[in-house]
Amino acid sequence: MQDFGQAFSLAFQLIVSADPMLSEIIFLSLRVSLSAVIIASVIGLGIGATVGIVRFPGRSAIIVFLNALMGLPPVVVGLLVYMSLSHAGPFGWLHLLYTPTAMIVAQTVLVTPIIASLSRQVIEDLYIEYREQFLSLGVPPKMAVAALLWDARYSLLTVALAGFGRAIAEVGAVIIVGGNIKHVTRVMTTAIALETSKGDLALALALGLILILIALSVNATVSLLRLNASNSAYA
Amino acid sequence: MRIPTSRLWCACAALSLMLGLLLSGISQAEERFIILQSTTSTRNSGLFDAILPRFRAKTGIEVRVVAVGTGQALKNARNGDGDVLLVHAKPEEEAFVTAGWGVKRFDVMYNDFVIVGPANDPVGIAGLRQAGTALRKIFQTQAAFVSRGDESGTHKKERALWEIAAVDPLETGGRWYREAGAGMGATLNTAVGMRAYTLTDRGTWLSFRNKADYTILVEGDPQLFNQYGVILVNPAKHPHMKAGLGQQFIDWLVGPEGQSLIAGYTIAGQPLFFPNAPGGE
Amino acid sequence: MPSDVETLQPERISTDPAQSLFPLKVRQLVYNVGKQRLIDGIDLTIEKDRRTIIMGPNGAGKSLLLRLLHGLLTPTEGEICWGETPRVDQARQRQALVFQRPVLLRRSVGANLCFALKLRRYTRAEREERLRHILELASLSHLADRPARVLSQGEQQRVAVARALVLEPEVLLLDEPTVSLDPVSVEAIEELILAVHRRGTKIILVTHDMAQARRLADEVVFLEQGRVVEHSLSRQFFQQPSAATAHIYGSSRVVL
Repeated sequence: MQDFGQAFSLAFQLIVSADPMLSEIIFLSLRVSLSAVIIASVIGLGIGATVGIVRFPGRSAIIVFLNALMGLPPVVVGLLVYMSLSHAGPFGWLHLLYTPTAMIVAQTVLVTPIIASLSRQVIEDLYIEYREQFLSLGVPPKMAVAALLWDARYSLLTVALAGFGRAIAEVGAVIIVGGNIKHVTRVMTTAIALETSKGDLALALALGLILILIALSVNATVSLLRLNASNSAYA
Repeated sequence: MRIPTSRLWCACAALSLMLGLLLSGISQAEERFIILQSTTSTRNSGLFDAILPRFRAKTGIEVRVVAVGTGQALKNARNGDGDVLLVHAKPEEEAFVTAGWGVKRFDVMYNDFVIVGPANDPVGIAGLRQAGTALRKIFQTQAAFVSRGDESGTHKKERALWEIAAVDPLETGGRWYREAGAGMGATLNTAVGMRAYTLTDRGTWLSFRNKADYTILVEGDPQLFNQYGVILVNPAKHPHMKAGLGQQFIDWLVGPEGQSLIAGYTIAGQPLFFPNAPGGE
Repeated sequence: MPSDVETLQPERISTDPAQSLFPLKVRQLVYNVGKQRLIDGIDLTIEKDRRTIIMGPNGAGKSLLLRLLHGLLTPTEGEICWGETPRVDQARQRQALVFQRPVLLRRSVGANLCFALKLRRYTRAEREERLRHILELASLSHLADRPARVLSQGEQQRVAVARALVLEPEVLLLDEPTVSLDPVSVEAIEELILAVHRRGTKIILVTHDMAQARRLADEVVFLEQGRVVEHSLSRQFFQQPSAATAHIYGSSRVVL
């Protein structure tokens, strides 16, 4: 297979030449996945903190449910979001289908359970450590939640990263709700799927390599932050 | 514990909403566009990239192509998720219009289907003039055949050809008949990977880059004719539709400019589609 | 877990400083975990001024008793009455507890102390003033900007004591605060304890270090298997321990 060597040189060429089509696709990928992760973090941390701290009936059922949702197949999410946003569906009037917003919605649905589930574990572990101390100090609830979130910030950053990894890498959901429309909803993964289907395996692999590169640099940045933090015993 | 959960949630919801609005605002800036529900074969052929910029330059209308199988394209259009359809399964298209989902169907262009396989052709179908005979031979030798299996126009055509061959590949129950359940390009990749025969439209085949040693074995049978039609989705069913812009696109596509652009689109000197709109030429 | 409900109550419990916390009266206190009776009918009266040391062999229920007094645990039976204060959780607002292993926030030393200061309605200037004062008192000024969790065990425990003190509690409860610390840190913490006691803070300290008890105690409560075996002034306790106490110490080989 000479495709491998070709893919590497092609990836290199695409990057050095700052191919405008490529940068457009990369930018959209990042915009969609980062937005989804930010929104999912807001919702997911809310759920995670609530379930992690509050004891209520049915709590363990919710934890099992959230854990199960982590494995939600992207295609199913894509289908559900398509059916909701379709003009024949309940939210058709929003005219969001085949827009980046629809892709953000789909990835948010995909990523929220991951962030909720993982952050629940992180926050619960920290809460067990802090609980008696907070009770003794008489820390009011709002301040306690804020302190837990803040002190768990580096672990939660890794949680968000896990969500980002899932979002940036998935193709099943965005291709259904985004439609892989050139210049509008084409992202890295759908472009890779398209080039594969055109049989241009070298270009597909080159795009894949660039995607890995992006994931790598995002991960490296977060690792650096964490390393810094663990030197201070904050992580 | 009793956290002020409701307030927390309100804040979360407000933040999400704000972000959502912000982000959707970016994408909704441009309003002069239509959604064209079309097929993977036309998109993969590169035709749209060749002709749509010309339409946009002339009219300022952006055509956003969603490429899926013909079956899904028809379904999406029924849901109101497209303004114009460009597909290739004439009986289904006519049924779509008769049922009131579409306004009117126009022929746009045609090309043909071909049966491709490895160059050494173990079954020996090369040069056969009749697709039905070729398929029957494949069945008799139980050679591997990959089907789209996705209700696309190509899949519907393939099923019609099996009927001509008097073989029901699903009934025969062998492992030789494999349904990929994927688009044309992915199916070709699968076939090449399995050393299997498959049916493809000529446009996708010509632009396909992962041919390996595969080649066209059967072509030229009138049964392999592949007609593309364009339909405006009925605005009476879906009032939000951009019927005006959609009609403008159809008029252009079946008109002299669209038709000559289709004729002029070639790969390696070979035309991929032949325009045949009634008023085109 | 019933205590979870208490941790994060929406409203701060209002306390009336005019209500005295003393004498502390414990009546027929019982605490069970499952079927095990870990605190087995304790009766106790503790007055304000003395430094009270709770002693006993491992598993006697010393730490449990401290947590019950502080309201971190809810008694199975019996009652705890801090003077005129009707409820234990109200009394808790005027106390501070130092745990055996310090639980410090993942922040700097200064930020840990500020966290506690923010629990009171101080102005920014007041906060800074108090922060500086407590850092000096605990000789932590040079460590104010260091991450709290990279400090030595001894330094961490000093931060924990300092954090307890910024709230200016009327009662300081300590649960074996100097276990496994180096002698210098032990001395520093004991000096802090004596200093706050001189300013009028009630001290209740759990330890099984007899030497420490000798240094700090005004009175000793001696527990064994969830019961009070002896409750006497330190002079008497160390010079003429009751037969039961001596027997326990003899048999459990705790260093006297």
